[in-house]
Amino acid sequence: MTGDYLPCAHVVELLTDYLEGALDPATTARVDAHLFDCEPCTTYLAQLRTTITELGTLPEPTLPADTVIALEAAFRDLHPPHGH
Amino acid sequence: MPGAVLDRTIWAGVVVTERSSRYPGVGMDVQSGPVEAGEQNLVDRLRAGDGAAFTGIVRGWSPAMIKVARQYVASHASAEEAVQETWLAVIKGIDRFQGRSSLRTWVFHILANIARRQGTTESRTLPTSPVDDADSGPTVDPNRFRPVGDRWAGGWRAEAAPQSWGPESATLNAEARVVLTAALAELPQRQRMVVELRDVHGLPADEVCGILALSPANQRVLLHRARAKLREQLETYYTGPNEPAVRP
Repeated sequence: MTGDYLPCAHVVELLTDYLEGALDPATTARVDAHLFDCEPCTTYLAQLRTTITELGTLPEPTLPADTVIALEAAFRDLHPPHGH
Repeated sequence: MPGAVLDRTIWAGVVVTERSSRYPGVGMDVQSGPVEAGEQNLVDRLRAGDGAAFTGIVRGWSPAMIKVARQYVASHASAEEAVQETWLAVIKGIDRFQGRSSLRTWVFHILANIARRQGTTESRTLPTSPVDDADSGPTVDPNRFRPVGDRWAGGWRAEAAPQSWGPESATLNAEARVVLTAALAELPQRQRMVVELRDVHGLPADEVCGILALSPANQRVLLHRARAKLREQLETYYTGPNEPAVRP
């Protein structure tokens, strides 16, 4: 129906391409079909998504506040507000 | 005066999880390449002296810029310096920005030049070709799958299949986040840089390819290897190390 059997060991290697929309439509359909009735791979994908989501909430070290203030001042000096 | 009122709670270091607040003015699905409408608007606002627009991109992009600069220079402080110098160059050069790449790609290009030059004066050895990456081979232990010859060859062995991380698995507890942070630090450099720019800082794929000079396919390989490794470390934390049936 959706081509030949795609083993779990193969599916787990395709999941980033799958999430990125980088697979061709036929392979996407095979992965979809696999995930539809493979609970462990569905769990694996959910955990990969959790990992990605959590990475997005990690603290991001940024510039010190006084540096940002100095940059804002430099910006105002060269680009005085106008037109708004 | 636009931009004069600053929201101290955000830039004092509070974690902002909303992607759109991390990257104000530039939608996460914006592709680089020719400048799109939303970004042209951002460029116009900067040129018109919109301080809020400037503060927005400084806050939004600087964390990833520090990460990228850190590849070239010897210390975090030097990386911050390179980022500061980059923003000054952007302030001076925004009127000359041609829009042949996205604004962000242009900013990162300036950053790479500045950080590289700074790294050279610091006699910092630039990262050489990454031979340590282990960029091939399976990302999941082959022993967790049924062997060749089995009717379901390549399927998970029941006793080695991924287990749920529990009812709260949709978000990690504080301890698991420590595990994740530590695992991130241990990744091979290119994998770490890709997953940090993509998943921690939320940059789109094509911009990461541009910043790190990677092909789209290679970028995905590095990203997948990094994610798989991080997931595995979290799995070990939640469910204990997986014990393969037979080790050769």
